[in-house]
Amino acid sequence: MATLTRTTRTSTAGRARVRGRHHRGESLTKVLFVLPAAVAMLGLFGYPVVKNLLMSLQDYGLKTFFTGVAPWVGLQNYRTVVTDKLFSDAMLNTALFTIGSIAFQFAIGLGLALFFRNRFPLSGLLRSLLLLPWLLPLIVSSATWRSILEQDSGILNRTLIGLHVVNDPVPWLNSPSVALIAVIGVNIWIGIPFNVTLLYSGLSEIPDELYEAGQLDGATGWRSFWYITWPNLRSVASVLLMLGVVYTIKVLDIILGLTGGGPANATQTLATQSYEKSFVDFRFGQGAALSNILIAISFVFAIFYLRGSRRAVDE
Amino acid sequence: MRRTAYTVIGVLILCVMLFPVYWMLNASLQPSGNTLTAGFLPLHPTFSGYKRALDEQGGNLVTSMIIAAGTVVLSLAIATPCAYALSQFRSRWVSVGLLAILISQMIPGIVIANALYTAYERIGLLNSIPGLIIANCASGIPFAILILRSFMLSLPPSLVEAARVDGAGLFRAFVAIVLPISRNSLITAGLFSFLFSWSDFLFALTLTTKGGVRPVTLGIYQYLGTQVQNWNAVMATAVLSAIPAVVLLIAAQKYIAAGAIGGAVK
Repeated sequence: MATLTRTTRTSTAGRARVRGRHHRGESLTKVLFVLPAAVAMLGLFGYPVVKNLLMSLQDYGLKTFFTGVAPWVGLQNYRTVVTDKLFSDAMLNTALFTIGSIAFQFAIGLGLALFFRNRFPLSGLLRSLLLLPWLLPLIVSSATWRSILEQDSGILNRTLIGLHVVNDPVPWLNSPSVALIAVIGVNIWIGIPFNVTLLYSGLSEIPDELYEAGQLDGATGWRSFWYITWPNLRSVASVLLMLGVVYTIKVLDIILGLTGGGPANATQTLATQSYEKSFVDFRFGQGAALSNILIAISFVFAIFYLRGSRRAVDE
Repeated sequence: MRRTAYTVIGVLILCVMLFPVYWMLNASLQPSGNTLTAGFLPLHPTFSGYKRALDEQGGNLVTSMIIAAGTVVLSLAIATPCAYALSQFRSRWVSVGLLAILISQMIPGIVIANALYTAYERIGLLNSIPGLIIANCASGIPFAILILRSFMLSLPPSLVEAARVDGAGLFRAFVAIVLPISRNSLITAGLFSFLFSWSDFLFALTLTTKGGVRPVTLGIYQYLGTQVQNWNAVMATAVLSAIPAVVLLIAAQKYIAAGAIGGAVK
């Protein structure tokens, strides 16, 4: 206690002295603390965004790498990608992939988080083991699921046939009508742990007194969830949903690993399209145009979220 | 009684969720050939898959290791002072910096890959380990800043000031006092940076065009591209690639949840 007081006192006196002595060198040092990170962030995020904006307005293709020339074409790249017959499919797939993934990740995540709120032996251990799918490299998960979902020899079809749920093997990744569902399913599996973790931490911040008070007023079961849990979880939930959109909309590894965008483009999204335009067709201008559309969509969601959270603070 | 029932249900949930991970391990130990014969248990385990994986992917595992280690060092060196500044310095730029990090999370990796490919092509960083290390810092740096900052917010300013009364400059005080205290959060941020970089697939796919530098994620992808005949070798590579995730889960167990939350919310 005494030490603590002494430290505080010297530090107040010291702060004034130090400030006078080092003032100028000080602000320079402070800048040096931030400078490397600022340069890195500008180089790794600022430059790519600007470069993509420019590239999307240029005819930037394979030729450019030899001639160094990328003529300006205005909005031609945007026109080309938007009128491509694949574009509306890719938009729809992106929407289905994002909404489907997030809705189920969130719902299942919330269910599991509520379950783990019960106090029971090994709860903490089980919860941390649950994180494993989220920590695995996405391409590892893709490879594993590819083997599980294989049409003829995969364990899922063998089990389903064994249980007489289906008579013929389901072409999980080979049929245009099922592939998107399978890919969304795998992505849900990957996202559940993150949702459980965030929602569980949101739940544990709700004070027990609220539930005790609610119980006196007769709020139990669903009513206590609806009137106490949900309103108090809303801010965590909104952060989680915003992050979910921002992360899911750009997912590439899982789709490339599972289906490569096929069969017959059934799992093609804006992100995989952008990858193909740039790195398979080497039409960097068109790839950049598609990814700029992707950024614009993310920003719309972020702005909604930021406006919503500001309103929540104002209230 | 009721608590035991909860534990049983919890274990069942975990079994369902982790079944694919089990299946990866199981398939890696099955005799080579297709998985048609693969039983639910590896009753006759064979390590031929691992032998093949190490023969064909061993070099790629080493490449991934070097890239991930390099990313950790570079990310932490750049992120740590910045995290300290964002947690302790009073400036209106703090909220600008945090907003910039938030926005950076919305930039798809493919945008970064597009730009880096053209830039790397010009300066000769394509197909190089330093090129991939720099690219992977795009995930390492913002995350490390957020994790370290949320820890450093709890440091009392008097701690550093006491050292500076004794004549240490800001930077020396930072190295001598802040870094040792932050050891645990540095380890957490470092482990996550390692894992992000180790898991990277997009930059490996786009920024390497020849076989010279090939991280293991790309090796797995190429296994998947050719007709998969030997699932046991593919799954053995997958198991080997999952090791950092398992290490992270065990070593930093306590900090993972905090990390996930720190990275996401604060």
